[in-house]
Amino acid sequence: MIRFVFSRVLQSLVALAILSVVVFILARATGDPLQLILPMSATPEDYADARRYLGLDRPYVEQYLSFVGRAVTGDFGNSLRARRPVIELIQERLPNSLRLAAFAMGISLAIAFPLGVLAAVKKGTGLDRTAQVIAVLGQSLPTFWVAIVLVEVVAGRLQWLPAGGSSQGFASYILPGFTLGWFVVAGMMRLLRSGMLEVLDSEYVKLARVKGVVEHRVVWVHALKNALIPVVTFAGIYFSILVTTAIVVETVFAWPGLGRLAYEGISSRDFPVIQAVVLTTAAIVALVNLGVDCLYAVIDPRIRHAR
Amino acid sequence: MPAEPLADGALTLPDVAARPDPAARGRRVPVVSLGIIVLFVLVAILAPFLSPADPGEQSLRNRFKPPVWMEGGSSKHLLGTDRLGRDMLSRMIWGSRVSLAAGVVTVLLASAFGAGVGLVAGYHGGMVDAVLMRATDATMSFPVILLALILAVTVGPSFTNVVVAIAVILWARYARVIRGQVLTLMGLDFIAQARIAGAGAWRIITRHLFPNTLNTLVVLVTLQIGYVIIVEASLSFLGAGIPPPTPAWGSMISEGREFVTSAWWVSSLPGLAILLVVLAFNLLGDWLRDTLDPKLRQL
Repeated sequence: MIRFVFSRVLQSLVALAILSVVVFILARATGDPLQLILPMSATPEDYADARRYLGLDRPYVEQYLSFVGRAVTGDFGNSLRARRPVIELIQERLPNSLRLAAFAMGISLAIAFPLGVLAAVKKGTGLDRTAQVIAVLGQSLPTFWVAIVLVEVVAGRLQWLPAGGSSQGFASYILPGFTLGWFVVAGMMRLLRSGMLEVLDSEYVKLARVKGVVEHRVVWVHALKNALIPVVTFAGIYFSILVTTAIVVETVFAWPGLGRLAYEGISSRDFPVIQAVVLTTAAIVALVNLGVDCLYAVIDPRIRHAR
Repeated sequence: MPAEPLADGALTLPDVAARPDPAARGRRVPVVSLGIIVLFVLVAILAPFLSPADPGEQSLRNRFKPPVWMEGGSSKHLLGTDRLGRDMLSRMIWGSRVSLAAGVVTVLLASAFGAGVGLVAGYHGGMVDAVLMRATDATMSFPVILLALILAVTVGPSFTNVVVAIAVILWARYARVIRGQVLTLMGLDFIAQARIAGAGAWRIITRHLFPNTLNTLVVLVTLQIGYVIIVEASLSFLGAGIPPPTPAWGSMISEGREFVTSAWWVSSLPGLAILLVVLAFNLLGDWLRDTLDPKLRQL
């Protein structure tokens, strides 16, 4: 088990290192950031001075190495736009994103679990069909469109909830959280349903029934435990979908999170910000995937021994 | 050691194993979905002939005309006009081209590359497999939209960038699934026999392994076209997709966003179009999966 965890940690680090190179190259290719910082009247000498001051005149390899060296200690340089340390911006925005993601994940689990399991148990009934419709709709509705419609109807016309921002406490979480969780609900519910259907038909579940185990125990304890395996397998992918969706959702709902910071950074060519956001996001995603893999190995001993 | 293909079935009680799943078997061909897809493809191909007006033609005097069934609507603009007085119906018709092209091209690129990686990894195993699968995992966990946004500002937003950005991430899912299937196939007798008969790696991969993964590929491709259409629309919505003069459903939604209260049709109609088309592809994909490859799990 320790060897398994160790090799997975190593793999994550290698993946992050490769990603940092890609990000560095792409960020340097986004065009000259000085054109955005300096006033229109700037002379070529001003450009040269600014370039020297920001270290943009050094060779790329040198720039990259110093970038990585500082990034490891949490120093991502200053935002070209906000003229503040990038790490401060990340520290401000990251908790907002994490809170929203946790809220969305909570909603998804609360809806997907009971619906997915019950749909399998009561297969072919109205409940099952409703669950299927929710699942298919969840995968077919464009997130940003749902967001716009919700903002317009619930926040605009009905004035029930705030349309954007995070200033109104719990109420401000509902719309973005629901929009963000929508897609995950669909996927998770389908996986649970198909997993449960498979497991409910297996020998050990039949044995449990024959032994006289109460039906709800058979479903929620015996069967669910094994039906969870595919859900855990996909948990890492769900998380990266959540991160992706968050960029759109945070933009529409003016949510002060990492996703919106990415969007702002990219539209103003603020490359220290872009690098920091992409690397932070990738590190979080890698960490979650690592956790998922370890959890997976704990739940299903077959994985551990296969390697 | 070749695995016994019947091992699973032999253990289950015969009466249960023989009972067909009524819900899966009884599902009929999804005619409505197929109809929507055929219509969508035809509209995209025949756009120049179907479009009643030039999608780029502006007429500020005619801005925000409502659809024909509403008060103030005219038969000249069946679905109304947008903020520049451009005909909504024509823009929707031309917009279908972008969605269809993005969906099909991206998925074809991603599936060809992904299936190739999956076949090679599964066939060779060992180090080759380990390296390829780690690359797959790393790719899979990278947020698609982030990459597309970076590309859009790096090289400028364009159709090619959207396709490349999505395909660069999407191939990984194909690689994963196909590799899993190949691992199972490799344990079967017919591969061993092909080897004994002297078939080389290329022949085994192309003639024996690939045809056996086709069903899965077809299911995945169908299910992912819908996903790609949504991602492309999200990118156009964020301003990182197809650049402005070309009508795309995502950017139409974005343009109409500020006017949802006064002119709901500008962003609602393209939204509905996306929903219908993606829904049709997903339902068709579900049906294909139940019919061709019931064991396949897919997001």
